[in-house]
Amino acid sequence: MMKIENLKASIDGKEILRGLNLEVKPGEVHAIMGPNGSGKSTLASVLAGREDYEVTDGTVTFNGQSLLDMDPEIRAREGLFLAFQYPVEIPGVSNMNFLKAAVGEMRKHRGQDPLTAKEFLALVKEKSALVELDGQLANRAVNEGFSGGEKKRNEVFQMAMLEPTLAILDETDSGLDIDALRIVAQGVNAMRSPERSFVVITHYQRLLDYIVPDVVHVLYKGQIVKTGPKELALELEEKGYDWIKETVA
Amino acid sequence: MEILDEITGKDYEFGFTTNIESDKIPAGLNEGVIRLISQKKNEPQWLLDWRLDAFKIWQTMQEPEWAHVQYTKPDFQAISYYAAPKSKPKINSLDDLDPEMRKTMDKLGISLDEQKRLNGIAVDFVMDSVSVATSFKEKLGELGIIFCSISEAIQNHGELVQKYLGTVVPKKDNFYAALNSAVFTDGSFCYIPKGVKCPMELSTYFRINEGGTGQFERTLVIADEESYVSYLEGCTAPQRDENQLHAAVVELIALERAEIKYSTVQNWYPGDKEGKGGVFNFVTKRGLCDGYKSKISWTQVETGSAVTWKYPSCVLKGDYSVGEFYSVAVTNHFQQADTGTKMIHIGRNSHSTIISKGISAGKSNNSYRGLVQINPSAQNARNFSQCDSLLMTDQCGAHTFPYIEVNNSTAQVEHEATTSKIGEDQIFYCLQRGLDEEQAISMIVNGYAKEVLNKLPMEFAVEAQKLLAISLEGSVG
Ligand SMILES: Nc1ncnc2c1ncn2[C@@H]1O[C@H](COP(=O)(O)OP(=O)(O)OP(=O)(O)O)[C@@H](O)[C@H]1O
Ligand SMILES: [Mg+2]
Repeated sequence: MMKIENLKASIDGKEILRGLNLEVKPGEVHAIMGPNGSGKSTLASVLAGREDYEVTDGTVTFNGQSLLDMDPEIRAREGLFLAFQYPVEIPGVSNMNFLKAAVGEMRKHRGQDPLTAKEFLALVKEKSALVELDGQLANRAVNEGFSGGEKKRNEVFQMAMLEPTLAILDETDSGLDIDALRIVAQGVNAMRSPERSFVVITHYQRLLDYIVPDVVHVLYKGQIVKTGPKELALELEEKGYDWIKETVA
Repeated sequence: MEILDEITGKDYEFGFTTNIESDKIPAGLNEGVIRLISQKKNEPQWLLDWRLDAFKIWQTMQEPEWAHVQYTKPDFQAISYYAAPKSKPKINSLDDLDPEMRKTMDKLGISLDEQKRLNGIAVDFVMDSVSVATSFKEKLGELGIIFCSISEAIQNHGELVQKYLGTVVPKKDNFYAALNSAVFTDGSFCYIPKGVKCPMELSTYFRINEGGTGQFERTLVIADEESYVSYLEGCTAPQRDENQLHAAVVELIALERAEIKYSTVQNWYPGDKEGKGGVFNFVTKRGLCDGYKSKISWTQVETGSAVTWKYPSCVLKGDYSVGEFYSVAVTNHFQQADTGTKMIHIGRNSHSTIISKGISAGKSNNSYRGLVQINPSAQNARNFSQCDSLLMTDQCGAHTFPYIEVNNSTAQVEHEATTSKIGEDQIFYCLQRGLDEEQAISMIVNGYAKEVLNKLPMEFAVEAQKLLAISLEGSVG
């Protein structure tokens, strides 16, 4: 699915990712944990193709292709999805029109016919039910005036609509209330399949009770410094990061 | 009558030495030229006198300099003030057209036939729009609606023209209005009789006598009591013109309980990317809400011209009259726009709304200039103004000049203004969902301008959205 080798990236001359390696196989769920500022969102942004970051070294293969050579929209159309840590608002653009355009591009890229209005609405209905998204929200402008939790739920709704092969969820659990957390996790679980992989960035073991990962990584100072089974998350929750920082230092 | 002929003839004799047969009169402006225009158009005496009076006034005026624009002032003696319609350059096939222009038309989704029609290329088979226009005329005739060129109206409905011409925009109103009054040769006229709701959008585009818009257009729209009309001016297709200066005057008159909705899409040639060439668009547009509960709405999407200077305004004379102004003005490259509105409240309980959305890209300058004037008689007048500016680059400018004059303590005036830069975060968000940059900008900008675009008639709105996107292509930085 995706293989990251020795990835180095910097912003404004400051190196944030410092030789990162990670391999995600089809159907796997990887959790990435790590202290604030360790580079988790940076990794997500670099994978999604944000221009502000300069990739100085390393390779990323995504479904056999070089991911770093693709424009951001092509990465998306090739099946890479990023649920943003801070989803942006786009005033005046209805969620529906936005998704309609996005779904249209995905289908065009895959050589599929565009959906009819009726098919599209049916899809919206199905997917919004999956994350119990209020129908009202679907009709409002993209994230405009949404609460923090609503924005996160909307991200998962969009993911469900776009059916990516690799989804990166950047702290999608933060800001969610307990019920919402469960609902969002259920939505993700419903999408798990042997062809679809997830990279779940989180600070809390709690989410991983619902979305059970195959592997847990610790990202620290721009590198994956520890990898382990799902129990590693429990251990981190209990002991914090100091013991890992020590082993690195 | 004989004396008049003699006088006109005389001036003619020495002031002027052109072969009347020619299509275009030589450059220059003097009384003789005005007499010649009037004569060529076979105008009644009152109009000639009116023109001459305007010319006298114009000669005493100075070109205004207060707008936030810079340009080389036109040489008024270097312009030819009359050219017969047939002198419009003939193009025989679309292949002869500027490829840039064709590209834009294709992007706008304008059909080939329509492209031909817009460029005055003959089409061999009956086209939809032509047949539509014909049945359209019949229908309007049945309702007593008059919709024709102003020249035709002068010939056939002289008393209406004489009654209203210059009543909203007087000759002495401003430098360009005076010039227009003296030399206008083309334009539209529309009269909606009492109680008639015009069942379709009236569009200059459907006016059959076309032959190119004049450089000094004159438009007069009169909505008699309890009538309604929605009028569309311009079209989204790019319009090139050899005339650098355009100074139109538009006058609207709404009588008691009448409503006029006037929508404009302006897409004149803005000059090239280096800022060379391009049209100077100095327009005076004003509506008079003359009667009780009369209403005038201006909606405009401005993407063209090198320099725009334009303030569609409402004089709210009637009690409970309503004035509205909805505007999207885009400037790119080196374009300059100084646009806005004036709401003059005279009547009691008169209300006005101003929504202005400026979008600046490249190295352009975009200014909003608005006056809200509450006169002592305007008891309980209300105004709400919202002026937003969106910046696409760091090199462009947005300026807001609101002028508020309140002379009645019962009035309520609200003004809101915002300036924001188009977000790279927003664009990246769209890219991440599979949209390309063009689509992303188009979405974001259209979302921003939505309140205004929603006011456009349906068929215009879709094209206007595409137009905004095209005007801003590759403009983020
Ligand atoms: N534009 C920038 N200029 C300078 N430094 C930046 C910039 N953007 C990010 N950084 C730095 O990069 C580092 C990694 O940030 P990143 O957002 O990837 O961390 P994170 O692991 O996602 O943290 P959190 O858990 O708080 O979300 C931080 O030290 C941050 O300050
Ligand atoms: Mg982060």
